[in-house]
Amino acid sequence: MQPQPSAAAPVAILALDAVTKEFPGVRALSEVSLSLYPGQVTALIGENGAGKSTVVKVLTGIYQPDGGRILVDGRPVRFANAQAAAAQGITAIHQETVLFDELTVAENIFLGHAPRGRFGLIDTAAMIARSRDILTGIEAEIDPTTRLRDLSIASKHLVAIARALSVDARVVIMDEPTAALSHKEIHELYALVDKLKAQGKAILFISHKFDEIFRIADRYAVFRDGQFVGEGAMSDVTQGALVQMMVGRSVDQIFPARRHNPGKEVLKVVGYDHPTEFADINFSLRRGEILGFYGLIGAGRSEVMQALYGITKPSKGAVRIDGDVRIIRSPADAVAHGIVYVPEDRGRQGAITALPIYQNVTLPSLGRTSRHGFLRLAQEFALAREYTARLDLRAASLETAVGNLSGGNQQKVVIAKWLATQPRVIILDEPTKGIDIGSKAAVHEFMAELAAEGLAVIMVSSEIPEVLGMSDRVIVMREGRIVDELQGAALTPETLVRRAAGIGDME
Amino acid sequence: MIRRYLQSREAILSAAILVLIAVIALRFPAFITPANLANVFNDTSPLMILAIGQMIVILTKCIDLSVAANLALTGMVVSLLNIAAPDLPLAVTLLVAVSLGAVLGMFNGILVWKLNIPPIVVTLGTMTIYRGIIFLISKGKWVNAHEMSAPFKALPRHVFLGFPVLSWIALAVILIAIVVMTRTTLGRAFYAVGGNPHAAVYTGLNVGRTQFWAFTISGALAGLTGYLWVSRYAVAYVDIAGGFELDVVAACVIGGISIAGGVGTVGGAVLGALFLGVIKNALPVINISPFWQLAISGAAILIAVVLNSRANRTRGRIILKQTEPVA
Amino acid sequence: MSSTDRYIPDRLQSPLQRRLKSWETLLLAVAVAIFTFNAFASPYFLNAWNLSDATFNFTEKAMIAFAMALLIIAGEIDLSVASIVALASTAMGAAAQVGASPATLVMIGLTVGVICGAFNGLLVTAMGLPSIVVTIGTMSLFRGISYIVLGDTSYGGYPAGFKFFGQGYVWWVFSFELALFAVLAILFGVLLHLTNFGRAVYAVGNNPVAALFSGIRVNRVKFILFLLTGLMAGVASVCLTSRLGSTRPSIGFGMELEVVTMVVLGGVNILGGSGTIPGVVIAAFVMGLVTFGLGLLNVPGIVMSILIGALLIGVIALPRLWGMWRG
Repeated sequence: MQPQPSAAAPVAILALDAVTKEFPGVRALSEVSLSLYPGQVTALIGENGAGKSTVVKVLTGIYQPDGGRILVDGRPVRFANAQAAAAQGITAIHQETVLFDELTVAENIFLGHAPRGRFGLIDTAAMIARSRDILTGIEAEIDPTTRLRDLSIASKHLVAIARALSVDARVVIMDEPTAALSHKEIHELYALVDKLKAQGKAILFISHKFDEIFRIADRYAVFRDGQFVGEGAMSDVTQGALVQMMVGRSVDQIFPARRHNPGKEVLKVVGYDHPTEFADINFSLRRGEILGFYGLIGAGRSEVMQALYGITKPSKGAVRIDGDVRIIRSPADAVAHGIVYVPEDRGRQGAITALPIYQNVTLPSLGRTSRHGFLRLAQEFALAREYTARLDLRAASLETAVGNLSGGNQQKVVIAKWLATQPRVIILDEPTKGIDIGSKAAVHEFMAELAAEGLAVIMVSSEIPEVLGMSDRVIVMREGRIVDELQGAALTPETLVRRAAGIGDME
Repeated sequence: MIRRYLQSREAILSAAILVLIAVIALRFPAFITPANLANVFNDTSPLMILAIGQMIVILTKCIDLSVAANLALTGMVVSLLNIAAPDLPLAVTLLVAVSLGAVLGMFNGILVWKLNIPPIVVTLGTMTIYRGIIFLISKGKWVNAHEMSAPFKALPRHVFLGFPVLSWIALAVILIAIVVMTRTTLGRAFYAVGGNPHAAVYTGLNVGRTQFWAFTISGALAGLTGYLWVSRYAVAYVDIAGGFELDVVAACVIGGISIAGGVGTVGGAVLGALFLGVIKNALPVINISPFWQLAISGAAILIAVVLNSRANRTRGRIILKQTEPVA
Repeated sequence: MSSTDRYIPDRLQSPLQRRLKSWETLLLAVAVAIFTFNAFASPYFLNAWNLSDATFNFTEKAMIAFAMALLIIAGEIDLSVASIVALASTAMGAAAQVGASPATLVMIGLTVGVICGAFNGLLVTAMGLPSIVVTIGTMSLFRGISYIVLGDTSYGGYPAGFKFFGQGYVWWVFSFELALFAVLAILFGVLLHLTNFGRAVYAVGNNPVAALFSGIRVNRVKFILFLLTGLMAGVASVCLTSRLGSTRPSIGFGMELEVVTMVVLGGVNILGGSGTIPGVVIAAFVMGLVTFGLGLLNVPGIVMSILIGALLIGVIALPRLWGMWRG
């Protein structure tokens, strides 16, 4: 179960040894180990929230570990900041492109380590020439003097890759490098990775796409819930075994048992189209049903939900609630029609973290707790207490600021806020992302309870066991379109992964 | 390169200024004599110098409302210095002005960097403090022309190669600023820190320290302008350049410098200042009461900010791949 | 899930305990200290009529500060308030020249204020522009219109009945302005602290995105706040114009900075999200007392501005320095 690197393996260029990283309320990494070898591609595999991004930040000096050691060539080191890691030849291409729109391509590539000429000034000509060389080397046809804002997202990604190559890197970390690339660009990236391998660089490759991992990686390391699960050579493992390691538990063990007993249709979405984000979305939802939306990150699931909730406007299509066509222009409209949305980005969109729990819970329900527009605190506290108690919230008092709660308890506050409005449809976007196991189970149990009470639930999730364990039906999206709807026996982890990644479609 | 320039904010603004000048010239040809245009440039020099400093501060997501007070305080200090030591070499006077301005700017910068106080609060406070200090050190009295030494007053007006030294200094500041902003690591850091602070941390830049340097530069330029101002007008008192900080911010906004940070060029700041300078100098020529100036610059700010926001509309993340076959 | 009997108390601290530790208490202590100091420093201080006169130092500014506090808590700012005062005063002056009645004058003043506020609000909410830039623009525009109308002349000749708003007394030493200040303090306090609207203001200021996602009509809230701020600038304009008895285009110049200082001194976070009306009320008294007390000691106004500026930075810097020092 714990394959060891063979005795002949060379010393790892970069390794983590029992590294721990904690945030208030969450243990993001718990004594994880990871080794990167020269000339090898290591795939880092795990569900969302497994700790992959945290590992990247620890390796690149953005975060400092709370425990354990970082080893470079077998010697322990400390990275005080991003520059210290860069000085050791560790470079990363991040998930969100961390680049500067107003600077030129060449300046983005060389920011912080530009070639100097006379008087210590930046040697612009040399910078442009070297940028051109690097870009040509990765077969990217980009003029280094263009400003970054004028480039497409895929081109920006290539610039990020070029930036990583501009330093004399020994370790290249690629965090979901293909998420924004087209088919052709992905193949060019593969060629690039092969070239880097040949140069003896160690590569950490993070991806959700199994075909990619099997195409490119030599080794794998699997993380789950911030813990190291296993590692080994790709040649010794199957896709099924990897999925098993990622998921790690048999599905019906921890999910509440549910009876699928849907009632009347409450929501019907017909021909929903958005100019850039999604197209041709049709689905319906019934009382007492949990409808899962599965897909890779960036498949357009959240965008559909936010259009439904009145945040963005679709260009075409209709929404029917209980059979009546409803126009939803703003979240306020959506709430008035009984549709509520628990967003993925809890800190930014879900909770107002500086305000106390009770004010967060009652915010959309103030119409009910107030009289003639005047607040009535006793009613507010009563309402807040009722719903937070139902969700088993743990807090010192209802006046505690939401920001002082753990991620799981924050999520409970957001869900309590919406239940207090007595909605008909609740949309949960990645409801258990980044929260602890205990809160996860509580949220799952609660979702089942809500459905049993007749609420219609939409759950957007990228976690396969959650999708399988909770949903009555699953809609799979890819690149802004619905590619499948799965139910019953057709609903297996393999089908989900294949349909979402488009495996088997390309032949 | 040329096509890209033609589509830029600077080109649009240059065109607007040229059209403005042309319209004025249609009725009053005297306005476009080289001598008069040189005079407009000279007259706008202080605004251009300050706008460049302000631009750097705004690039880093801050604002410096204390520039005019800094100018007035440095101006008063060098005037009093001149009374006390009339024979002091001008180079020393200039050095004192620039250093004192820089120190006043550093004070802003330290409060923003180390204590994390919002820049608008810091500079609102130092603006009134610096003005008050002028009163304390001058006891409320004016320093008049006859108290200043002749060389002290002569420098900005001294004509060198056909132009007053004031214009040459502005030109030098512009050129140095262009080099600093495009060819030094610090210059690029100003853009990076304001454009994407989160990413700047990934790149190993210290956001607060970069902001500190922006305030220092803005302060040093205000100090320099302080000497130029009192010597050119040959007078120093508490209220000189009162409210001028708003003209400076206005020049930046008109020059396309985004208050959200990270967007703007030296050229934009200079052109924004020139736009206001042309209007100010043209009003008396075309027989419009100078009282129109304030409303016109207000309208110009609003138009500029509306146009800039139109140009900067961000495109959405594009998920749909229309060109590829759909499975 | 078995329902647990875990009980979460509403509050851990009693409201009284919390209040004792608050910013407002600290500020109140400062106010009392200044009052005591003044009482000992000058024999003229503890005189009912003198104290009554002193209130004119802050009543008009405080009226605007109440609305500005809400606007800043909601994460926006309006720097054009002093210019709205000028424009409203100019409109009233023009009307007074053709013999408008006091009631009509008041209506005109308030209407101009509301229109200006609506203009700011539309630019910020409908066009999505940053309020600091918009209101720097309208600050020039509104006052610029006053300058176009008045130039270097002024309006006088307000009807006798109009004098009451700035010079009248309601009872004994209590002026109309002081009474209006008290009424507005209560109205704004109730609006911010006891109504749904006030709760929405805090939500919007703390996190506009989450507020929007919570079904709050964020732009509507902001627009109403700009309207209110404009209206209060109109009210202040009526009082100030009546008190001065004349209108110059420079009326109320620089008032916006004192208003913002008052709001920030009152404990409102300049970045939005927190603050109280009682805090602003106490800050108004503190600023009034400082100005009045130093005035009695023949300290010139400009020196007081140093104190105000230092107070503004100090009240934010000291707690942070204290926190750094304690580690």
